[in-house]
Amino acid sequence: MAGPNDTSSTGDNRPALSLHVPEPNFRPGDKVDYSHLNIPEAGEQFRPDEACAALDTAPLAHDLIRVLGDDDKAHGPWDPKLDADTLREMLGHFAMVRAFDERMFRGQRQGKTSFYMKCTGEEATSISTAMALASDDMVFPSYRQQGVLIARGYPLIEMINQIYSNKGDKLKGRQLPIMYSSREHSFFSISGNLATQTPQAVGWAMASAIKGDSRVAATWVGEGSTAEGDFHSACTFATVYNAPVILNVVNNQWAISSFSGFAGGERTTFAARGLGYGLASLRVDGNDPLACYAAEKWAADRARANAGPTLIEFFTYRAEGHSTSDDPSGYRSAEEREEWPLGDPINRLKKHLIALGEWDEERQTALDVECVELVKKTTKEAEKNGILGHGLHHPFRTMFEDVFEELPWHLKEQAEQAIHERETKFPEGLPAKGVQG
Amino acid sequence: MGETMTKDAAAPEAGTERRLNMIEAINEALDVMMTRDPDTVVFGEDVGYFGGVFRCTAGLQEKHGKSRVFDTPINECGIIGVAVGMGAYGLRPIPEIQFADYIYPGLDQLISEAARLRYRSAGEYIAPMTVRSPFGGGIFGGQTHSQSPESLFTHVAGLKTVIPATPFDAKGLLISAIEDNDPVIFFEPKRIYNGPFSGYYDKPVEPWKRHKDSVVPEGYYKVPLGKARRVTEGEQMTVLAYGTMVHVAQAVCEAKGVEADILDLRTMVPLDIEAIEASVKRTGRCMIVHEATRTSGFGAELSALVQERCFYHLEAPIERVTGFDTPYPHSLEWAYFPGPVRLGEAIDRLLKD
Repeated sequence: MAGPNDTSSTGDNRPALSLHVPEPNFRPGDKVDYSHLNIPEAGEQFRPDEACAALDTAPLAHDLIRVLGDDDKAHGPWDPKLDADTLREMLGHFAMVRAFDERMFRGQRQGKTSFYMKCTGEEATSISTAMALASDDMVFPSYRQQGVLIARGYPLIEMINQIYSNKGDKLKGRQLPIMYSSREHSFFSISGNLATQTPQAVGWAMASAIKGDSRVAATWVGEGSTAEGDFHSACTFATVYNAPVILNVVNNQWAISSFSGFAGGERTTFAARGLGYGLASLRVDGNDPLACYAAEKWAADRARANAGPTLIEFFTYRAEGHSTSDDPSGYRSAEEREEWPLGDPINRLKKHLIALGEWDEERQTALDVECVELVKKTTKEAEKNGILGHGLHHPFRTMFEDVFEELPWHLKEQAEQAIHERETKFPEGLPAKGVQG
Repeated sequence: MGETMTKDAAAPEAGTERRLNMIEAINEALDVMMTRDPDTVVFGEDVGYFGGVFRCTAGLQEKHGKSRVFDTPINECGIIGVAVGMGAYGLRPIPEIQFADYIYPGLDQLISEAARLRYRSAGEYIAPMTVRSPFGGGIFGGQTHSQSPESLFTHVAGLKTVIPATPFDAKGLLISAIEDNDPVIFFEPKRIYNGPFSGYYDKPVEPWKRHKDSVVPEGYYKVPLGKARRVTEGEQMTVLAYGTMVHVAQAVCEAKGVEADILDLRTMVPLDIEAIEASVKRTGRCMIVHEATRTSGFGAELSALVQERCFYHLEAPIERVTGFDTPYPHSLEWAYFPGPVRLGEAIDRLLKD
């Protein structure tokens, strides 16, 4: 150890330090027992006024806001009292996202694209929340918020074209699959770098306030990415300028193979981080669609009333792998999904509607079939525009466009070089299929 | 705007031209744009009530209001991050990073976000921000208040990098940068905020008012991005420089009686390659000067471009005169700085045959 940086102490009686490296409770093959999780009864959590002082929410940052009880009924002050049509609409979005995820995951396995990410088990954190916002409130998503687009009526074919990077992809095949963008749907371009969207959402909200607008901003970030400095920047700017913004932290327990302990989850809740900044902070059962809706609505109303930003932790579970690129059986127990104590959001909403006498299993089956069929049909339609790597991509020149508003001389030269290379490779002209040009 | 300046700007004495230093010129560009375009916002550390540590934003908050000119937390990632979001909303943010040396916590937001937003969203969202920041040494700033990190930004697809060398250009280039719909890094050579610098640090400081390019028109005008400025015309050699080093190169050439074609590049990206090529082909000799560290500095790019395009016109190896590859030392600042000796020897080598 001796060297210029050797600072080890010698010859005293102080105890040796040891490094704590977090370890999840369960690894592959382990029996899963979630009894250590404190799951309160639905309806027990108080609901402060939307314009309350941020620190009045402190108990809720360590609690878990729940509405749907084991009896499938809505309980307590957070019950958003949605009518049956709205609940059925929500269920319809759920069914659609799940059907879409299944199909796209399979498409990746069939080699139609390079990558896909499901949101299985977390649907309520994007769909129910999106429904609580106004359609023109601006959202700055992370990568698992396809539910927001579905809830806002973004055309499925646009999503599939993007996933296939084909000639119909309005992002011109430049982005990794699922990194959507739709200004028309007030949906910001997804980056792929983590948590960068959080200060951007705050900036958008500040702009809305500067302009005396009435729209608010919402952003989503995973619990793992809250460790990024950007998240700290976002919380700081949000509180300093009292920005009309909602910081949604989706705590799905896992960041690829790293459990929430690597973002500090062993020490306190993710909601509780907001308190230190002076943000209103709520911790919500992320598998309870009514609680997700109610919390997001509370925060949106608060922001719109100029009463300040809110941080919401959605406590949920990532039921599938991080993406098509990892196999969760390699790092966590398969029992976790089965034993997850907060259930499945779609199932819970379905059972609630049935308990209300507003739904039944037959209609559910018909809904699921309808979604699967629509996704299948739309997928076929999208495939006419091509799939990744089969030649039907955007015109070659588009590669150099949009780096700047205008093409500078050096990019013009490089574009000419690229075209020359292609002509050299394909002197007879570009083959129709099977090449990337 | 400072009181003195307001007076100058409002009532220039009859028969005299209005002269501004670089700080006043930058302040005026911000004021002009904030008056013309209600979507512009100025923010950064200490820029609001106080008017900035170098006074570039003095008076702007009072004139344009606290919601358009305001202080920020000490958080460069946040400063650039919120600027991206404001741009997405439709504002035209003009954040200040107090020293270029402080910009690194904001790099991910600049490189991964602002620079690529137009590309990744196929034009749906843009980041029309201008990031102003004082840069360069010569004020005893030590290693955290002296750096010239321009080549970190010129290396990034999607960013424009602008460095003015005179008050006239500072105002006109800044207005162009603000109106530009792409993200622009606008580095202000702080050594020459108050006067041009010959490189002879032991001589008395020269104020801008005796320099011809301190005559700054009132109101709105633009100096286009991507057009170099010919500082002096000469046949013996071409000098490519920007910022403070334009003045140092000019002083050294004058002192040595060398007739050089000195080009102030003004913008690194987009670069005025035509002016460079035409000049080097005419003179056959080229000296590249920057204050930044040498290895992978912007001079390396310039040298490669000149070699690629002008090789058969060159009569001597290209000379690169730069700072050394060390952090900027405090006490030995002038040993680091590419001053008259370093430039003079390079000129001698270029002209010896």
